[in-house]
Amino acid sequence: MTEFTPFASLAGGVMIGLSAVMLMLWEGRIAGISGIAGELLPPYRDGAFLSRFGFVIGLIAAPVAIATATGEAIPQTVSSNVPLMIAAGLLVGFGSVWGNGCTSGHGVCGLSRLSTRSLAATVVFMATAFVTVFLVRHVIGG
Amino acid sequence: MSFLVNLALGFLFGAGLVISGMADPAKVLNFLDLFGTWDPSLAFVMGGAVIVAFVGYRLVLARDKPIIGGTFHLPTRNDIDARVIAGPAIFGIGWGLGGFCPGPALSALGLGAPGTLAFLPAMILGMWGARLLADNRVQARTA
Repeated sequence: MTEFTPFASLAGGVMIGLSAVMLMLWEGRIAGISGIAGELLPPYRDGAFLSRFGFVIGLIAAPVAIATATGEAIPQTVSSNVPLMIAAGLLVGFGSVWGNGCTSGHGVCGLSRLSTRSLAATVVFMATAFVTVFLVRHVIGG
Repeated sequence: MSFLVNLALGFLFGAGLVISGMADPAKVLNFLDLFGTWDPSLAFVMGGAVIVAFVGYRLVLARDKPIIGGTFHLPTRNDIDARVIAGPAIFGIGWGLGGFCPGPALSALGLGAPGTLAFLPAMILGMWGARLLADNRVQARTA
């Protein structure tokens, strides 16, 4: 069980939305993490490497800084099944770049731009994720 | 300067992931577990982010250009092709297995969980593979 946290989750979501809006305001780009991270490796097509690198460093620094500032560990339960996590990582990495976006690029930025392409992508990844969890927890694990 | 602005925006994004609970795979997997220990919190993350971006993008895109100049790089495609179905289908399976999508996975690096350290290099490799494969297909088509 995890606790239902509507207010904290809404506040965190607002922060994510603000980050996306300000990135568009600053340099006119979509805050899609799979795009930002996927373009960190060569070949480089544009001059935005330093921007993307900065965004990723900030993303990585935030939890560490919050944990240090509050003196409390960030609640996080990650599976320690290494083969499972490697397989999951490969699927997430390949699928998000192949489909031109993930939860942020299609889910947040695309939906808020009313893109039907992003709506289709979001419906599909939500559906396969729901089915995967159902199979793992209630069919295989059940 | 763009590096520093992006650093701050990445930090804001990462803090949002932590505060919202999205950085915790257990919470993500419970959100995805409709028929078990369902935790609907993450619908509020998505809702909050989309509402802010819906309004914010409209205000920003009323401008001629971004602050640093140039143009707004907006996706122009609106067709639904095989890639925009197959990619998310594959991504969703991985998300359901590990509880990590790309943002939370990266933000988890500094917390150093063994599962994160297994997931991240595989994710980067998968991203790179998809890019190289996509580039190859474009070259094959134009050759």
